[in-house]
Amino acid sequence: MSLTVTVLGAGVVGLAVAAELSARGAAVQVIDPNGPPGAHGCSWWAGGMLAADCEGEVAEEQVVRLGREAAGWWQAQGAEVQYRGSLVVALGRDRRELDRFARRTENHTALDQAALSALEPDLGERFDRALHMGKEAHINPRETILALHDRLAARGVSFGTDGAPSGQVVDCRGLAARDALPELRGVKGEMVILRAPDVSLSRPVRLLHPRFPLYIVPRGDGVFMLGATQIESGERRRATVRSVMELLNAAYALHPAFGEAELLEIGVDARPAFPDNLPRISGGKDGRIYVNGLFRHGYLLAPAMARMVADWLMDGKKPEVWHETHH
Amino acid sequence: MPMFYGTEIASRMMLGTAQYPSPAVLAEAFKRSGAGIATVSVRREAGEDQAGQAFWELIKELNVALLPNTAGCHSVREAVTTAHMARELFDTPWIKLEVIGHADTLQPDIFGLAEAARILSEDGFQVFPYCTEDLVLCDKLLNTGCEVLMPWGAPIGTGLGLNNVYGLRSLRAHFPDVPLVVDAGLGVPSQAAQAMEMGFDAVLLNTAVAKAGDPAAMAEAFAKAVDAGAMAHAADPMEPRDMAAPSTPVLGKAFLE
Repeated sequence: MSLTVTVLGAGVVGLAVAAELSARGAAVQVIDPNGPPGAHGCSWWAGGMLAADCEGEVAEEQVVRLGREAAGWWQAQGAEVQYRGSLVVALGRDRRELDRFARRTENHTALDQAALSALEPDLGERFDRALHMGKEAHINPRETILALHDRLAARGVSFGTDGAPSGQVVDCRGLAARDALPELRGVKGEMVILRAPDVSLSRPVRLLHPRFPLYIVPRGDGVFMLGATQIESGERRRATVRSVMELLNAAYALHPAFGEAELLEIGVDARPAFPDNLPRISGGKDGRIYVNGLFRHGYLLAPAMARMVADWLMDGKKPEVWHETHH
Repeated sequence: MPMFYGTEIASRMMLGTAQYPSPAVLAEAFKRSGAGIATVSVRREAGEDQAGQAFWELIKELNVALLPNTAGCHSVREAVTTAHMARELFDTPWIKLEVIGHADTLQPDIFGLAEAARILSEDGFQVFPYCTEDLVLCDKLLNTGCEVLMPWGAPIGTGLGLNNVYGLRSLRAHFPDVPLVVDAGLGVPSQAAQAMEMGFDAVLLNTAVAKAGDPAAMAEAFAKAVDAGAMAHAADPMEPRDMAAPSTPVLGKAFLE
């Protein structure tokens, strides 16, 4: 049986859905008025941590469970997945935050200074304890999404900036879908990209801090992504001095060598989220299927969402994140 | 029940709205605690074109009184500007006034606070000042027109409880008719109960609830402690004493030696 699908939106969700459906034999076209993935969409500004276990600190069990599908799925798409785990550290007086984080999460090993030094010598100089989240992975989101775009195009998925949707429409427009999903809101995030050749880290690091939590994701060649603020605002521009200062301060506290880093980029966008900050697949009265609300878990949850959309359209299996029709 | 600027609130618990895992969890915390006032920060969320609107709409749906704050303001001018923004956004004269004086402890700048309270009160605001337990400061705040005081228990977000019980007790004794709210530093329900037993009118919580493993359950636990403490205060607790007082007479002795 052949299914014709039009995916609206070429962000991480749209591309993942297009990939999964086309892999299962559907004829897929993707329409995005902004063209291929780029700085116009919030997928561009993601960290790329496939950190299901860490997210368990705050997120629901569902996010953790579905997120565990991510690394394998991305690898199957040809992405360069770094299976190096991630590290969690806290500065001296916030040390108890580490115990609390450990209580709330799974799949971690406590490292003493020697063990930490063996994994990341630069951190071993600064911290005498850490948690190693050994099952986590990370990717470079920009490379990943661009490569997926090219791979899909080569496979026969057609990409356009306008045109009439045909067949089943799957709406993956992110925050732009607020016109149809009134509960959707934006959560502003600001991030920074640095080049710090004097810092050597090979896996993502989270710095626990009650006021300025930070994560740092290595992108190779001495480039690091620092993220991210989380502000209840739909604003998609205007990174503030305060936010950037907080991020840079936290990075400097993690390792003073970041003080000599070159500031490459300051990014800002808003994540699409529903009131429970959980993702939803829903059916509109317009016959569309809406996939949205992945919040800060775009690359982590897009694979599971894509699988569920395909299971629903091709096998009639209702997604566990199904949400009854809005309006 | 506490009365703030002529408005009676049906709960002795106020809840902040920051740092929850999601707005849905926040709503659940309000539901289970019955908290009567929600504080909401506007400074950072406002952005251009009222970009925080979607979140504020969710807060408005809680159907509780809204108390916008000037969290994150470090100067009189910032605080006054933020208060004006808040009045416009939420259509209320209420403002929880925070002027932070020390970045590390988030200790209020008491001089800036008194100045901002005077400016805002003269401008028709009904000011809820976040202050220390300093008696002289509190007296000055009342003179600028404040009709509520919100002394800290401990620095914001520390969960240390009531650091200066003597100071808070003396505040209560000196201002028997002023609504007093312990604002910051509470970590567990027993600390909230202690404040209420001392005769405070209400407590305001945020981190202790929002950062708990189960925020909604913690909010309810606090609500129960607040009720217990208030009930105990109204029931006129016994005075502590050094000597044991047997609750049944000791046979054969008229007096304890």
